Amino acid sequence: MDIDIIFRIAGIGILISILSIVLKQAKKEEQAEMLTLAGVVVVLIIVVQLMNELFIVVRSVFNL
Amino acid sequence: MEIAQIVGIALVTTMLLLILRQERPVMALVLSIVFSVVIFTFLMGKIASIIDVMEELTQRAQINYFFFGTLLKILGVAYLGEFAISICQDAGEQAVAKKVEFASKIIIAVLALPILVAILESLMELLPG
Repeated sequence: MDIDIIFRIAGIGILISILSIVLKQAKKEEQAEMLTLAGVVVVLIIVVQLMNELFIVVRSVFNL
Repeated sequence: MEIAQIVGIALVTTMLLLILRQERPVMALVLSIVFSVVIFTFLMGKIASIIDVMEELTQRAQINYFFFGTLLKILGVAYLGEFAISICQDAGEQAVAKKVEFASKIIIAVLALPILVAILESLMELLPG
């Protein structure tokens, strides 16, 4: 079981929220928004790969 | 002791979700999706072994394999639909969840049609005239 992927995503989320707080304090709201967007995209890429794996497994198990 | 692993992961994920939900709701949603996917893939191996045993029983009972295959397909559609529905409901999107539910019901009905026809045909054979 790959639990490290959960930790990876939670880590990315916490890191991004801290970094965006820092950027907002430094009056760089635009870059904070960009950072949020980039984080979401990175995480979404991981999630899409995982879902692809899951769908392949489900399709092979249930003969869908 | 797989249940201990699952309970541990669930508790850790819940705590991480509590932290993330205030700051980044999107990240929290993604984390819950990942958790569902991890649990689902973990249990898929066990479901496959259950299905293997059922398949062998079907062959021993000499039941038409077509019915069992349809049953499996329905099971798969139901599992996948439930997966998506619970994630959508978690994110508070009731409308999307309802649509997925509707779609999975219709797809299951379509898959079940040949079985219905087979039942009706055998009924017609039983009935005289």
